[in-house]
This record gives sequence, structure tokens and C-alpha cells, in this order.
Amino acid sequence: MVRILLAGQGGQGVLSAGQFLANSGLHEGKEVSYLPAYGPEMRGGTANCAVIISEEEIASPLCTTPDVLIALNSPSFHRFAPAVKSGGIILVNGSISDSFAGRDDVSVYDIPANDIAIEAGDVRAANMVMTGALCALTHVVQDKSIVSCLQQRFVGKPQVLAVNERAFRMGAEAVAEKK
Amino acid sequence: MSKILLHGTEAICEGAIRNGCRAFFGYPITPQNEVPEYMSVKMPQIGGVFVQAESEVAAINMVYGAAGSGTRAMTSSSSPGVSLKQEGISYIACARIPCVVVNIMRAGPGLGGIQPAQGDYFQATKGGGHGDYHLIVLAPSSVQEACDFTYRAFDLADKYRVPAMILADGMIGQLMEPVELPPMRDLSELPEKPWATSGHYGKDRRVLNSLIIKPDELEPHVNELKKTYDEIYANERRAACYKTEDAEIVITAYGTVARIAKSAVNVLRSQGIRAGCIRPITVYPFPDDAFAACAARSCTKAFLSVELSLGQMVEDVKLAVNGKKPVYFYGRTGGNVPDESEIVEAAKRALESAAKQA
Repeated sequence: MVRILLAGQGGQGVLSAGQFLANSGLHEGKEVSYLPAYGPEMRGGTANCAVIISEEEIASPLCTTPDVLIALNSPSFHRFAPAVKSGGIILVNGSISDSFAGRDDVSVYDIPANDIAIEAGDVRAANMVMTGALCALTHVVQDKSIVSCLQQRFVGKPQVLAVNERAFRMGAEAVAEKK
Repeated sequence: MSKILLHGTEAICEGAIRNGCRAFFGYPITPQNEVPEYMSVKMPQIGGVFVQAESEVAAINMVYGAAGSGTRAMTSSSSPGVSLKQEGISYIACARIPCVVVNIMRAGPGLGGIQPAQGDYFQATKGGGHGDYHLIVLAPSSVQEACDFTYRAFDLADKYRVPAMILADGMIGQLMEPVELPPMRDLSELPEKPWATSGHYGKDRRVLNSLIIKPDELEPHVNELKKTYDEIYANERRAACYKTEDAEIVITAYGTVARIAKSAVNVLRSQGIRAGCIRPITVYPFPDDAFAACAARSCTKAFLSVELSLGQMVEDVKLAVNGKKPVYFYGRTGGNVPDESEIVEAAKRALESAAKQA
């Protein structure tokens, strides 16, 4: 069972990245749950969601001590880094955040997601950069599952699809260099 | 059929639509706005009716009228909005009109907050409006159940001519999980409603009313209601038990909290403490048989009710356990949700207290 917490600023695609992950898990026949934090939040506010992907039935859908934190901005990195399980993984968007978690029992990967996304064609694909990095690190779902979810979501939008696929691949490559 | 990923709110709508709901009346309130949003798209596509009413009071009275004509009708709201609907619900219960009311609970009292809560348990199970009446109240704890229970609620409501309620916390509404949708019900299969005010057309005159002025007419009417509630109690109590057979501590919770409790049971078991969980599926009628069975076991030392409230269901638990074992309570309010470690600690404290008492 992998518990993933995705957090960032509203509009960064935190929730859609969570849904891509959950849907990909479902495609692979796994048990999944997706629980967004729900508040009076809109673009510009904070957003986070808990995604659990498991071989077995999921009891609690909460993610109070995640195995993996994906932090797309600095406030969410500092807010949630202390909660990550010992031995867990943190992926932080180094383009707009520092990467000092203040603890040595977790692996922190500094990924310049905004810069990579811009290189891939659109800063809004930073969420897919992080998703690519996550998949390369943990293999929680297969790359092809994510790609097929992207194809479903962006049907009729070949350019958007190409940017997202590129961002996903570049995210995976970025983390491979650091491994 | 393969599973698809749906929000709890969407699953509720699909459960309703697939079991013949063709009229939806609502008024916006967080955290259930996705229900009317979904219905506003779907209802016109399937020849149904969607109205965004001018208020919750109007919406429940629209349900009263539509369901009175024999149509399967539903309304949805969240705690403060459901309070506003109570007069209408009481009228509908008296007039014996089957319908479904959804309450995606948020934190109260008052306007309160918009985060998950279970503070409407008393309102849902003990009446809520004025007079002697009950609803059939189902409490889903997963997105699949949100769909299945809503589907089932329409059949139960029709069978007993009693309004049914889906009582879910805010988390169920927002949670996304895989769901296998039931097939679309053929409307011509639905049982006929010989009481429905569906037009004269040569039939005998039918009246649906909740005003029965003469005491000697109202009393037998209320007694008939009581007979129905007794029948519902006999037939429809449901609970899911998890590892209770040898449990020394029996945790009980409904809705999402029951899933966190289940995780807590697994943690306790990994620490060598034999824990189990009773999850009421119907909170009215309350599944007291499941509790009585556990209370009768010598291995069971204590019960612990975990709720997002100050302690409401715990009263029904105490009635069901009937003094045979101590019953403890752990609750969070304000929209806060306990994690499994809090429940683990509360369970250990309950066992310690029970040992001192014994």
C-alpha cells in the first residue's frame, strides 16, 4: 500500500494529478482512493489530496502520515514535510521552493518542476513532471497507465497531450539523474 | 461491468437515477453541491425533472408533490439545509409518501463549518421534525455504498411507504473510489402505487394529506405508522461486523469513521490486542442485535463508540448493550476527523477503564 499526499497551490494541477494516479491504479486492477481536502478554496489558495493505491482493500482513506509527499510549492512543502513517514519520500518543486526538510530520515528529491514543464511546453504541466518523477522512483503505477489516462483526458487536444506526455517523461528522467 | 472512478456525490446520483429517480429538487449548500450539479446535467437527458428551488423548504415540498404523484423523487442538502427541510419531512412521513432525502453532514451546530461531521445522528434517527415518525436511515462508508444504498433506499421507501434518508459525512461526498454501477432499472418494472395521486382517469378519488383533525382518526393512523416501524425494525436492521468474534474491545462507528476504526482494529491486532468493529449500515432501525450478540460474549470487555460528534449514536449503543458491558465514547467535532492512532489510544484507555471497573 502506498499513501501519497499531493499538495500545492490551487491551479497547479494537484487534484488532477491525484486523479490521474488514482485512475491509473484502477486501470491496473488495484484498490484506490482519492480524498481531496475540501474547503472554500479556489485558484490561488491551497489544495491537497490524498491518494492511496493498494493491492488490498483500503480501510482508512486518510493520509495523515504519507509514504510520499509531492509538494508543488514552498508552503505545502514546509507544512507537510514533518508528517511524512520515516523512510518516506518527498518530491519538492525546486523551481519555487527550497528543499530543506530539517530531517534526515526521509529522501528529499529537489525537482525543478516549473522549469522542466516550461521546457516541455507549458508551466501548467509541472504536475505531470512530478508524477513522472514519482512513477520513476516508486513504480506505484506503470508509465503506460498514466499515458493512457492522459490520452483519455485530452482526447481531441493533441498539443496538450503532447506537452503532458513530454513533461511526464522529463520528470522521470530528472529523477533518474539524481538516483 | 468494469469499475469507474466516481465522487461519492456522483455515486449517490447514479444510484438514484439507475433505480428510477426522475425528479430532483435541491438548493445549493456546501459540501453537497456536486449532487444538484450532476442532477442538473443528467435529469434532462433521461426525461427527468430538475429544479433548483428557491429554498430548502420549497425543495422538500416539491418532493412531497412529485413523490405524491408516484414518481421516484429525491432532494439533497447538508446539515443546516436539512434542518430547514424538517417540517416537510414530517408532513411526508405522515402522508406516507416514499422519497429519498440525502444529508451530506457538515459540522454544526448553526451554520457551523463545511468540514465532515456526524452531528445530525439524533435528527436523522429520532425524528428530526415534530410528531411520532421515523425515517429509514442508511449510512454509506464507501463510494460504492453511496451508490448502492441510494439505489436501495428507493426500494425500501416504496416498500414501506416511509421516506428514506442517506446519512453521509462530508468525506463520503468528496472521496473518489472505484464503483461498479448497477444496471439501469426498467421503469415499467416498478411496483404500482395504488395510493398515488396520479390523475383521476376513472379511478377512485385519492387524497394524500397530513392533516387529520379528529383524534379518533389520527390515533389509528399513527398506530399504523408504528406497525410499519416495527416491521422495518424486524426486517431491515443491518450491520457489518469485522473481527468481533473474539474481540475484547468492540469499536463501533458508521460512515467514513468506520473505515478509520477498521484501520485502528488492524493496528490494535498487530499489537496483540484483540479488537473488532461493528459498523451500523442502517442507523435507523439501529442494528441492536449485532451489539447484543457481542455483549453476550465473555471475551468482550468493553465497547467504544467513535463519532464525529459529542456522543449521539453512543446512546443507542448503550441501549443495545443494555448494561452488560461498559460503553465508552471518543469523538471529534468542528469538522476534525480522528486518525487511526487516536482511536487506538482511545481503545486502550477504554480497556483500562473496563479492567478497573471489573
